[in-house]
Amino acid sequence: MANHIGTVVLPGDVLKDIKPPDGSKKLLLGPGLVEDGDVIKVCKPGILRYRDPGVYWLDCHQKRYVACKGDQVLGIVTQKNVDMFRVDIGCSELASLSYLSFEGATKRNRPDVKVGDVIYAKVLVANKDMEPELVCIDSYGRSSGMGVIRGGGFLIHTSLNLARKLLNPQCVLMKALGNRFKFEIAVGMNGRIWLNTQNDVQTIAIANAIFAAEYMDNDQITSMCKKLSRVMSGME
Amino acid sequence: MAAFTVVKKEDLEAQQKEESVQSLRCITSELGPLTQPDGSAVFTQGDTTALAAVYGPADVKISKELIDRATVEVIYKPKVGLPRPVDRKLERIIKNTLEAAIMALNHPRSLISIVIQETESLGANLACCVNAACMALLDAAVSMNFMVAAVSAAVTDKGEIILDPVSRVEDEARAVLTFVFDSVDKNIVTVITSGQFSQDEYKKCLYLTKQACDNVFSFYKDSLSKKLLKSA
Repeated sequence: MANHIGTVVLPGDVLKDIKPPDGSKKLLLGPGLVEDGDVIKVCKPGILRYRDPGVYWLDCHQKRYVACKGDQVLGIVTQKNVDMFRVDIGCSELASLSYLSFEGATKRNRPDVKVGDVIYAKVLVANKDMEPELVCIDSYGRSSGMGVIRGGGFLIHTSLNLARKLLNPQCVLMKALGNRFKFEIAVGMNGRIWLNTQNDVQTIAIANAIFAAEYMDNDQITSMCKKLSRVMSGME
Repeated sequence: MAAFTVVKKEDLEAQQKEESVQSLRCITSELGPLTQPDGSAVFTQGDTTALAAVYGPADVKISKELIDRATVEVIYKPKVGLPRPVDRKLERIIKNTLEAAIMALNHPRSLISIVIQETESLGANLACCVNAACMALLDAAVSMNFMVAAVSAAVTDKGEIILDPVSRVEDEARAVLTFVFDSVDKNIVTVITSGQFSQDEYKKCLYLTKQACDNVFSFYKDSLSKKLLKSA
């Protein structure tokens, strides 16, 4: 078991030694792994990861988003229907978002959403046979940060890997950038990132820093941010 | 020509050992040369090069939509001009091969589109295109049952078998055979042949290409390891 963890596995590989941990019957398989009879098969190229108790998944590099329940995503409103919006979240079809799933929305009090608006929402239904459904409220009916993003800003598209990396609490990029620049950011699990800064120069600089961070470790990120702030202070 | 002689496996293996060890031409690749598609790859075998791009799972036209599985589409772009019937045939072969490899049931009502641009066709073009497409699918991390690797072999007038032939050998050859293998059991996924050949020539070709496909699979593993460990 231990010899596979951290190594690269490819589609078609059979992982014979993955078994539930002692004392329990449960085994949790994440993305990239499928159960085929008694054995576990790999269906995507990626690095095998493990976490106690009995959770296995693959870290794969992917650009295309496939909707997953509970993910917080950034989408663009592309259509308005009678009782719902159609939102592009980057997966194979448009997601639906009901008028009523906003904080404080009622049948009479409709949310102010226009076509082209950027929305930060949570995936409520994700099923391969159904279109994904979004909501902008939590289970208590509060917005908790979700909803239409206003006030300009800039939307960039990255790989899903990079989005996950930024959201990882161990990643220092946000902290390192936040110490030096004033900016607002929203990262969606679908690889879309919304940025808002004081001026265009900073927006471009931060966007480039994010793209550059994809293949860097924490030390490299820290030194890059230092360099960036030095260059930026010379420009203003 | 001994059309239906049965060749014992041991005899065949002994024969193979006597012959000079053949190998594939030098393989190189580049993963993700294009930024817009979900996955892309350049695959080079000797002087033959193909560029493949994968989009998907993406939105599908209603006319092409399949209710229980993903639609797999292969578009082959020749170096110059519009696609001819020969290219359409190539598209169909590659599509049928990849449909077996892709887990289409995982993404119903969506489209997995594979665009292959012929860059340099100097022998074993079909094999190169299949390998390029497989690498692009791996780069896009599309769910697959197994990987595929294609290897070509040519039978010359004298009955010699040449693995991964260059275009000159291919033109002069009596027969050209292309085998596609899966990565799990090394079973045949596709066989495309042209020309005349005997049964034992076929078996010899199969034996040689089956051995050579391991090189392609280990090449896949090396290049993907490089890419994945870089981003980790």
